[in-house]
Amino acid sequence: MTLTFFWIFGVLAMLSALLCITRKNPVACALWLVVTLFALAALFVLLDAQFIAVLQVLVYAGAIMVLFLFVIMLLNLGRPAPTDIKGPVGLLIAAVLAGMLLFQLRVVSQATLPDAIRLPPGTVAAIQQQQGMVGAVANPLFDAYLVPFEIASVLLLAAIVGAVVLAKRKL
Amino acid sequence: MLLSPALAISAVLFTLGVAGVLFRRNVIVIFMCVELMLNAVNLTFVALAQGLGVGGQVFVFFVMAVAAAEAAVGLAIILAVYRHKQSVSLQNMNLLKDG
Repeated sequence: MTLTFFWIFGVLAMLSALLCITRKNPVACALWLVVTLFALAALFVLLDAQFIAVLQVLVYAGAIMVLFLFVIMLLNLGRPAPTDIKGPVGLLIAAVLAGMLLFQLRVVSQATLPDAIRLPPGTVAAIQQQQGMVGAVANPLFDAYLVPFEIASVLLLAAIVGAVVLAKRKL
Repeated sequence: MLLSPALAISAVLFTLGVAGVLFRRNVIVIFMCVELMLNAVNLTFVALAQGLGVGGQVFVFFVMAVAAAEAAVGLAIILAVYRHKQSVSLQNMNLLKDG
């Protein structure tokens, strides 16, 4: 049952990603990407990462895609325009390179985890049961990953200042 | 279990993102393809977190923070370039090209 739903949402994600990269209109691209992001959120739920799924909808499908659509509207790119997809030669090169990449990634996707590093089955579920869905992510975030967390806050501050400086006409 | 379907879907999504970067000329669409690639990697992290511990889910956090910072700065750069060139096509962004 879980596997069936996993493949339904997985195929939805792949199809909408394909439509996203092939639509001519940037607004259509953005909206198909939103569909992909929602399907990925469903996959996260099926993979026992409910909190990450909520974040995916809030941050990606909410904030980041609104930013994209806002810029598209601001630049008035929704009007009919000549296509930006490259000609036959560019398409062929892209298809060959993407095919090679997929061939190489296929090997990775068939990998199995060695038993030496794999946790006993049910360990993660037990942690989530014990500490709650949010606690299971938050406890390592403020404990083992505290320094990266602080660095991320500096990164976001730099991004805010950088975006204001770049987008302002005159400081 | 769900590990190998998740890794397969993630591989396909990443490949679609790379293909999009290779055959589009619109900078904003290329940017969206980069977001698609980041999401494919997030799916890998979450899938592996099931068997290897919740550290993978914590890493998705950091990927999202970097993606948000990247989107803010990148779109600001696109706005600044558009103001000069009146275009978002990669063909018009060739200041560093010889000749």
